[in-house]
Amino acid sequence: MLEVEGLAAGYGRIPILNGIDFEIGRGEIVGVLGHNGMGKTTLLRTLTGEIRATGGAIRFEGADITRLAMHRRARLGIGYVPQGRDIYPQLSVMDNLRMGEIVRRGQSAVPELLDYFPVLQALTERPGRALSGGEQQILALARCLAGRPRLLLLDEPTEGIQPSIVDQIQAKLAELAKALDLTVLLVEQNLRFIAALAERVLIMQKGTIVATITPEQLSDQAIVDEYLGI
Amino acid sequence: MDQVANYLFQIGFSFSIFILISLGLAVIFGMMRVINLAQGEFLMLGAYFCTLCNHFGINLWLSFILSALAVGVFGIIVERLVIQWLYGRIIDTLLATWGLSLLLVGGVTTIFGPQTESVAAPLGNVQVGAFGFPIYGLVMMAIAVAALAAVYAFWRFTRYGLIVRGTMQNPTISAALGVNRSLVYMLTFAFGSALTGLAGAVLAPIVGAYPTLGIVYIAKAFITVISGGHLPLVGTVSASGLFSTIDGIVATVSSSVIGEMTVLFVAIILLRLLPLGITGRMTRGV
Repeated sequence: MLEVEGLAAGYGRIPILNGIDFEIGRGEIVGVLGHNGMGKTTLLRTLTGEIRATGGAIRFEGADITRLAMHRRARLGIGYVPQGRDIYPQLSVMDNLRMGEIVRRGQSAVPELLDYFPVLQALTERPGRALSGGEQQILALARCLAGRPRLLLLDEPTEGIQPSIVDQIQAKLAELAKALDLTVLLVEQNLRFIAALAERVLIMQKGTIVATITPEQLSDQAIVDEYLGI
Repeated sequence: MDQVANYLFQIGFSFSIFILISLGLAVIFGMMRVINLAQGEFLMLGAYFCTLCNHFGINLWLSFILSALAVGVFGIIVERLVIQWLYGRIIDTLLATWGLSLLLVGGVTTIFGPQTESVAAPLGNVQVGAFGFPIYGLVMMAIAVAALAAVYAFWRFTRYGLIVRGTMQNPTISAALGVNRSLVYMLTFAFGSALTGLAGAVLAPIVGAYPTLGIVYIAKAFITVISGGHLPLVGTVSASGLFSTIDGIVATVSSSVIGEMTVLFVAIILLRLLPLGITGRMTRGV
């Protein structure tokens, strides 16, 4: 599904990613763990095309997309839910959802998504800015899914969200990934969340992937200390 | 009775001018946050294009549409050559568009000379009691209201309008949702340019076309859009309504110069009291 080879990127002249290699197979849920500043978000932003790769290659379903513009990658089926959600503050919840499928042809996915996320049903006319953090996260996820992506890039979906909603999002994601045949790359700091969802966890340090572990190993204190300890 | 009609006409006429000259800027500055100092010259180009059409015997109403299209195409050229490299860089945009403004004034003076090219105002007068009102003034009001309604409907109810509103709020996430933001920016700039070209063409029968035409109107347009606040359309309409009422009344009882001075004075006080403009605290609308 997604192959990343020797990927390098950065901001201006400051390199952040130094040779990232990994692959994700179709239907897999892969987690990415690492401290702040290790390049997790930069990795996602380079995969979406927001940041230009300075080296290496990204292949999506066999096609080289390393130099492709951001909106073209989205149209190929790469969905992205950024950290901080990026809900349109002045658009209603319904218009936010419609933006998610605005360039896609075919039937609207909005009714189906409102069924998946009943919490949004009562909010459709509310402006995006009036939603709580948890509601915004759910809306951002639903908006992304409205475009019917095949690969979903999630950046810290649990950040700043109360625990009860985190559990809901976790259950929803597991259900949706199966129902919609999604492949997911999940950047997260919440160990419990990532352990519950991911089949494989990549550990990132200083702009490279230093190890791949199983979610079970996340409950092993020695391993957690080795890669994520202070 | 005649006196009331006279005031209403003056206010309506003033309103139509405020709306016409500000609508394009409401799109380019209000929505896109591009400070286009050449905006007045876009207006001037619209007026010249209208006089050219007139020269070749083209129907006046058709010339309005052609002028809007021509300045819209000109807007595309300007956006691709200059503006697209400068989004988010306010000082650079100011300098570049100021330079463009000088270039356009100089260029037009070289080609057409400094004199005023005129288009005969059509339609004659309608008599109400002691006052005769030019019917063309009423037509201008109709055009202003129609342009406003069209822009509002376009923004609020069409798919493209939604794309623009979303993309202006957050271009990056729009691109992540598959929107070609560069294209959206280009077309939105062209749309604002076309509205300005239309305004210039509609003004041509009453003020004519001359190279420095834009300078007369650009300050008024910026003041209107800025006083309107962050909701470009609602703000521009409310600011236009306020300013034209003041302008219409004061200009009728004293003179048009005093009318314009009063508008400026009110705008200064308004922005002192409401620094974010009339719509500063409103959260919904366009």
